[in-house]
Amino acid sequence: MFGEGILKGLAETARNFAGSFVSAERLTTVQYPEQRIAPIEATRDFPFLVYDGADWEAGLRCVACQICEKECPPKCIYIEKSVDKKPDFTGRPQIYPTRFDIDISVCMSCQICVEVCPFEAIKMDTEFELSTTDRFGGLLYDRKELAKSNEHYHKIHPTEAAEVDARLAEEKAKAEAKAKTAAEAAAAKAAAAATVAKPAGGSESHPEEERKI
Amino acid sequence: MIKNADQVFVLLQHWVMSFFPPAFQPIVGLLLAVVAIVCVFPGLFAVAVLLERKGLGRMQNRYGPNRVGPLGILQPVADGLKSLTKEDIVPTSADAVVHFLAPVFLVVIVFMGYAVLPMGRNMTLVNLDSGLLFFFAMGASTELSVFMAGWSSRNKYSLLGAMRAVAQMISYEVPLLLASLVVVMMTGSMNLGRIVAVQNQYTWGLPHWYIFTPWGFAAFLLYATATTAESNRSPFDLPEGESELVAGYFTEYSGFKFALFFLGEYVGMLSVSGLGATLFLGGWSAPFSFLTWVPSWIWFFGKVMLSICVFIWLRGTLPRLRQDQLMNFAWKFVLPLSLLNVFVAGLWRFMGDGLSRWAVCSGILLIAYVVMARVGMRSEDFGPRSYRYAE
Repeated sequence: MFGEGILKGLAETARNFAGSFVSAERLTTVQYPEQRIAPIEATRDFPFLVYDGADWEAGLRCVACQICEKECPPKCIYIEKSVDKKPDFTGRPQIYPTRFDIDISVCMSCQICVEVCPFEAIKMDTEFELSTTDRFGGLLYDRKELAKSNEHYHKIHPTEAAEVDARLAEEKAKAEAKAKTAAEAAAAKAAAAATVAKPAGGSESHPEEERKI
Repeated sequence: MIKNADQVFVLLQHWVMSFFPPAFQPIVGLLLAVVAIVCVFPGLFAVAVLLERKGLGRMQNRYGPNRVGPLGILQPVADGLKSLTKEDIVPTSADAVVHFLAPVFLVVIVFMGYAVLPMGRNMTLVNLDSGLLFFFAMGASTELSVFMAGWSSRNKYSLLGAMRAVAQMISYEVPLLLASLVVVMMTGSMNLGRIVAVQNQYTWGLPHWYIFTPWGFAAFLLYATATTAESNRSPFDLPEGESELVAGYFTEYSGFKFALFFLGEYVGMLSVSGLGATLFLGGWSAPFSFLTWVPSWIWFFGKVMLSICVFIWLRGTLPRLRQDQLMNFAWKFVLPLSLLNVFVAGLWRFMGDGLSRWAVCSGILLIAYVVMARVGMRSEDFGPRSYRYAE
């Protein structure tokens, strides 16, 4: 009421002013280009495409299903499907994207593409020093620029990547088991058919039965 | 040598003048002084901005700008280049002529105040007999430029800011004048050179500065409050309150016109600091009689920069007032106290020498301060907030 609050406040700011020169722990500033702090694990900014193995083009997990393209709220993803197929990580032939563009000037880092992707093919990156002198071409990333190895994914998000790998391994094992049982069943059926067909007089009469399996 | 250091600028001026025929010498001398003022104060503006940014940073436990040049001392240069190269936008619906004139007018007016400030021994541009009156006339004209800016922009934020600025500046103009009036009463002159000369005397090595009297101290505090409000500085920065009004009256300004407003604000701050130093802190006189050998202009500019530091300190400390608090403070507290102070100054004048006038004057002011603070600044309970909507 008599201005003692003002004096108290002035004393406080004076203490901060003097203190910032003598005690370094007061200054919380990180002087960015020279000093850096490691990003926390949940950091995310823009999506990238995960690939397995050494060759990015062959190992790309993306199967061009276009779910992310449809779900993307600001519509920053553009995908063109291939006409031929290449084998995915389980060895099953899949179509792949001949074009996969993300305009990071449009992207709002919402992570919805990551949530909806059934193939664990698109993940969020932590790279933030993306400034460029070309604001159109420089910010439009094609699939080569977007492709990053699974090792990179492990480096930036270790926990999440381990979960993903476990899930994929399980899926692969399941697929292999399924393929194995299917193959066994097919073999058994073929054998049975052969034994059945022998007395009947030849397996040529039921070719579609084998193909069905 | 020391005498020359004190008069170095005056001697320099006379030396340059000696190259011209006698008929042209007065005008050349004036032009030189004007050029010096127009160069020095924007330079001090740059220093003040840097001090402000670094000082505020330190008060908030930050480094402040430290990238441009060693320790960031070239930051004002970078700022200036940036504002010079930025696009100058005039809104289509704005009144283009007034919109252009407002910042120019502000800067011209603010610089004109320096014409009467004594910046050192024999360093007054125009030794006007009514110097103080001239200074306040110029200072009050800044309101016009602020309103021109707000009105011509055709923007609701600009207009709101300008309205606030006018209300605030007119409210605080009154206590500002009344606080300065006591100095005129004591000196018997509005000539700023005379006001400094009266204070430039020493008893036991101490100066006769007006701040060392009860009424002078009170007047100084009132003056400081009123000038903070006049120069739209925090905590009285309602006209440009960035969290409420974008930038207040200069919302629609960009590029160099924006920089001119910025310059006007800081140069205005420097000029009121200079006047405050002249009126209450003895102008260019030394604080102790054994320091009178130090050049007078060092004292003047030292006092000005010290006041700037206090402005920065206040800005780093106090939050912005609310509009009604601002008005209540002006009309219910500062104005009555400054009126009373005029009376106390008269009492001091006619009580003659002696300790009794110290006791009486200090006592009256202290009691008035306590009573005013208790009664005038009592916080009112308005009850729960209620809303009324248009039907």
